[in-house]
Amino acid sequence: MTQSLLHQILDHANRANPYPIYEQLRKTPVHHEDGGPYVISTYYEIRSLLHDPRISSDARNLASTARDPLAEPAREESALPPGFLRLDPPEHDRLRRMTNRPFGPPHSPHRVDGMRGELHDIVSGLIDGLGDPGRIDLVEQFSYPFPVTVICRLLGVPREDEARFHTWADTLAASLDPDPDADPTERGKGAHDARMELGMYLAGLIEERRTNPGEDMLSQLATAKGEDGPMTTMELLSTAALLLIAGHETTVNLITNGMLTLLRRPDVLERLRADPRLAVPIVEELLRFEPPVQLVPQRTTLADIEVRGVTIPKGASLWLVLASGNRDPQRFEDPDRFDPDRRDIQHLGLGSGIHSCFGAPLARLETQFALSELARRLENPRLLEDPPPYRQNAVLRGPRHLPIACDGIRP
Amino acid sequence: MIGDGSLERFRREGRIVVVGASLAGLRAAETLRDKGFAGSLTMIGDEPHEPYDRPPLSKQVLLGKAAAERTALPRLRSVDATWRLGVPAAGLDMAARRVRLADGDEVPYDRLLIATGVRAHPWPREAEAQLDGVFVLRTRDDSAALARRLEAGPKRVLVIGAGFTGSEIASACRERGLAVTVAERGAAPLVGALGGVVGAVAAEMQREHGVDLRCGVMVTALEGDASGRVRAAQLSDGSTVETDVVIVSLGATRNTEWLAGSGLGAGPRGIACDAGCRAFDIRGIVTDDIYAAGDVARCPHPLFGYQFLSLEHWGNAVSQARIAAHNMISESTDRIPHMEVPAFWSSQFGVNIKSVGVPSLGTEILISQGSLKDHRFLGVYGYQGRVIGAVAFDHARWLPFYQELIETTAPFPPSFPTVDRRSDGQRPIDADFPDPSVPTHGPTVTLGGYSPADRRMTFTPAH
Ligand SMILES: Cc1cc2nc3c(=O)[nH]c(=O)nc-3n(C[C@H](O)[C@H](O)[C@H](O)COP(=O)(O)OP(=O)(O)OC[C@H]3O[C@@H](n4cnc5c(N)ncnc54)[C@H](O)[C@@H]3O)c2cc1C
Repeated sequence: MTQSLLHQILDHANRANPYPIYEQLRKTPVHHEDGGPYVISTYYEIRSLLHDPRISSDARNLASTARDPLAEPAREESALPPGFLRLDPPEHDRLRRMTNRPFGPPHSPHRVDGMRGELHDIVSGLIDGLGDPGRIDLVEQFSYPFPVTVICRLLGVPREDEARFHTWADTLAASLDPDPDADPTERGKGAHDARMELGMYLAGLIEERRTNPGEDMLSQLATAKGEDGPMTTMELLSTAALLLIAGHETTVNLITNGMLTLLRRPDVLERLRADPRLAVPIVEELLRFEPPVQLVPQRTTLADIEVRGVTIPKGASLWLVLASGNRDPQRFEDPDRFDPDRRDIQHLGLGSGIHSCFGAPLARLETQFALSELARRLENPRLLEDPPPYRQNAVLRGPRHLPIACDGIRP
Repeated sequence: MIGDGSLERFRREGRIVVVGASLAGLRAAETLRDKGFAGSLTMIGDEPHEPYDRPPLSKQVLLGKAAAERTALPRLRSVDATWRLGVPAAGLDMAARRVRLADGDEVPYDRLLIATGVRAHPWPREAEAQLDGVFVLRTRDDSAALARRLEAGPKRVLVIGAGFTGSEIASACRERGLAVTVAERGAAPLVGALGGVVGAVAAEMQREHGVDLRCGVMVTALEGDASGRVRAAQLSDGSTVETDVVIVSLGATRNTEWLAGSGLGAGPRGIACDAGCRAFDIRGIVTDDIYAAGDVARCPHPLFGYQFLSLEHWGNAVSQARIAAHNMISESTDRIPHMEVPAFWSSQFGVNIKSVGVPSLGTEILISQGSLKDHRFLGVYGYQGRVIGAVAFDHARWLPFYQELIETTAPFPPSFPTVDRRSDGQRPIDADFPDPSVPTHGPTVTLGGYSPADRRMTFTPAH
């Protein structure tokens, strides 16, 4: 018997190329399998649900009967309250607004742009240190350390602590990965410990920043007293943890998916080498073509709502398959073609609506830098394995390793 | 053009004239070229400047964040047109298909697009309007002059009229630390567009930001000093405001005078056209070669009971321009109607305001998300049991949902729970629009008389 579509999405065997399954899914834009989540796969439906105030991101609104293979293990044991990603307005709005103050316009319009020099230095340093050009694991040696280093700098994590940070981040990211073969209690415990340790570390850092503030985001968040009042320590902790996790695992995959796509399209890679400004449209098309967040599994309905003639009951679990919407032929011409010259490109890669990717300006800039510098400096780069080995994760999808080789590293 | 190849010939070598070289004019020209019109294209504009963008004129420019000269509209493609800038069109001969220019030239056309927009309503007493320090704000030059004056640090600014433009000006002045008085005839700012419930929030925002807001009053006279500079304003409540800069923000007048006597259905309320932007003549018969788009056009909207709507919205100008351009060079069966749901944005006192639909047609409002008290909310407007408009204060990301409700004529009040529905959003209340017979700002036209012979149109200026 053929596997259910839901299982096919989760099945690691399909990770390297999930797009044929999404194509299947789109035949029933609201796909529902006995007791499971309602899976939405078409562009316009996803987009309108992302703007629908009857849809909640708060797990407390999920009916206890909604069964969901991606549902995280009970949250109570974790020490941290949910970050604003898992909250509804008004709490969401307040925390996101406060977090945005030191990060983006209107209050900090130059924060991200002001990191250009630093981003460039980190990228250069990592490429300088790639070592043997005959075998590079781009994930381990580049796409992973880059965004983690950036988020550490942004938050104000001292350089000497970065290594510990990497380890916690790694463990926590892995815990978001619904690996059916791993022992759930074992994994849950590892994540729990990492979360505790990270929380304690951050708490110490926050205390330090309160008395001794610097220019970093954590200092600014810890000492903020805008119209919204101060953040509580718990809020600060969960916000910092959210920035850390959401802020890097996604970018790792975006960069890796980007290089993989370019290595499969040497003509585009060559164009980028000749003109680094092409990085901007390339990254945009990449967010459509291979988005690092494939689906949003954390939404639920506050009322019975009708989508394409199907009534989704109140309290149901929703999966919004962004990566599928991005390849919906009803919306995009020739959607399976990677086309950096595409002009009409309102993709769902960074979500939409109030939860649209908070770190988008930074992720874009990081990826633009990463891809254009790799294109410029790697001499005759090529894939050693295609497809590369993928992580188990169906939500945050990306290669676990990306073995490549090149003839040398240009200065 | 009945499949005899004449349309093809027109697309190849026809003559299109666009009067009004601003947002709608430019976007129409680009669309014409995009869709393959290869004939001659003439752009006529009374302003000496290349097309520029107006929204920044009351925002970034007044804040000193952008120079008025640097607001040129981005060109989406080359339009390869003959530009006649700095010359107004002064007349139209529909039979001979010619546009007469003020300098005496005549420009023949096969198809004409009128996009002459609106102009700021001036201070009605001419001598007072001439005083140094009295401004209106519509053009790039207006904005540059006003910005220069604000830069010089006047001791007080008086804004007459608290519609969107007036409120934005007041906001920019406060951000610059200038003392500001706003005088508004209505009960609150923005009340004509959004009603009294939301207007009360706008009033609170102004006061919280230190604006000396006076509602329910009219400015009755402006006074100048011996050197002809404005120095004070008299208000209808007997008070006086000492001021050295006055900005008259009393709404706009449509630029249709040049069409007087042409036989086109054009008047103070704009140019009446069908949903495909084809202009009507005064007999109510649609022309086939004259189109209108943007602020100057008045089109029936199927979603709003086929009412003729005239909208002063940026997005409306762009979408009508594109529709008009398409229809101008298409076979009648290929023409498309303008169906876009109206949308408008403004930014003032640090708040992003956006609306969809036509809130001013609504009679009731429901605060469906957020709260009025926080100045962050979403209000849904209802008219006869259906959703007709919505406004967002710092809540714009939800608007697509409400637009869908409007498009699908969803019932009002919406019955479902939403995230962030608070106590003030449990029940719809009267949206509190002013009695339409008492104008807030902007001129109105009323019809009087009974028999067709003595039936007259009465034009009531804004002040
Ligand atoms: C200060 C300001 C702020 C605004 N802010 C916003 C905002 O935040 N959001 C929003 O949605 N909208 C805003 N608008 C409205 C928006 O700018 C208009 O809807 C838009 O400009 C309309 O474009 P249009 O081409 O129809 O008309 P216009 O831009 O008015 O252009 C018409 C042009 O035709 C010219 N003209 C007139 N008569 C003749 C003639 N006889 N011969 C030749 N040329 C002629 C005029 O001089 C003008 O250049 C704002 C407008 C102003 C003035």
